[in-house]
Amino acid sequence: MAARVRALETILTRKGLIDSAAIDVIVDTYETKVGPRNGARVVARAWSDAEFADWLKRDATAAIASLGYTGRQGEHMQAVFNTDETHNLVVCTLCSCYPWSVLGLPPVWYKAPPYRSRAVIDPRGVLAEFGLKLADGKKIRVWDSTAELRYLVVPQRPSGTEGWSEERLADLVTRDSMIGTGVAREAL
Amino acid sequence: MSRPELPAGIDEPVFSEPWQAEAFAMVVALHERGVFSWAEWAERLSAEVKRPEAAADGSDYYERWVAALERLLAEKGLAGHDEVDAVAAAWERAAHATPHGRPILLENDPLA
Repeated sequence: MAARVRALETILTRKGLIDSAAIDVIVDTYETKVGPRNGARVVARAWSDAEFADWLKRDATAAIASLGYTGRQGEHMQAVFNTDETHNLVVCTLCSCYPWSVLGLPPVWYKAPPYRSRAVIDPRGVLAEFGLKLADGKKIRVWDSTAELRYLVVPQRPSGTEGWSEERLADLVTRDSMIGTGVAREAL
Repeated sequence: MSRPELPAGIDEPVFSEPWQAEAFAMVVALHERGVFSWAEWAERLSAEVKRPEAAADGSDYYERWVAALERLLAEKGLAGHDEVDAVAAAWERAAHATPHGRPILLENDPLA
């Protein structure tokens, strides 16, 4: 596979469609700069600042961009907020659309057929496999990402975190809690 | 006192092999150059990951990714299958002909 990728790179470089320096920059960005830390900062801001939370609800693309995280595929973002009544879960049944700018690249299970097919049919069962037991009456809403629209779950703020700094709050926000296969960590 | 564990996924390597990173970055770069739309890309990738021979655990995701890229480039007339085969074979020969520890260059292909 390495030789085929090199061959593609060679052909495209010869045609002037890509250059190796630009490729290196993209790799570096996704390996070291974007990741779930970005999303955690968005969530922590929303927990701390009601005005920001409101903006995030109305226009997630702009609110997230205000923190410096913008998508490169021209996709729109929608933030879905967990409440006492509803838990949100994100999937891409089509392939692996994912909010790269705030979560980095998706974990292996997100891209795998079992999750892609079962998240819609049996979300409660899938969540149980992730060790997440929801209260019986709680509704689960499943959001199917597309190339144009990606979702970020805003988990519920853990209790006992009143007065915490955004930085400290962000440490409680796991990647899975922003996909919906988990919840935020408990305050210790 | 135990150290709090790191948030899930923060430390997981993004790519398990360098070619995966290169293949990923090529798609991002070509899209940014306007060679294809992201919707076009998502459609091709979706078709590849839905093939019956795709690994059930998603472990061949980047192999599917490369297959989707090759298909799209062939459709656009930018890189035909035979051309990719030929250049890939040249890279393989160059790799074998290059002494260990030296950078592999296409010029090292004995048939070049």
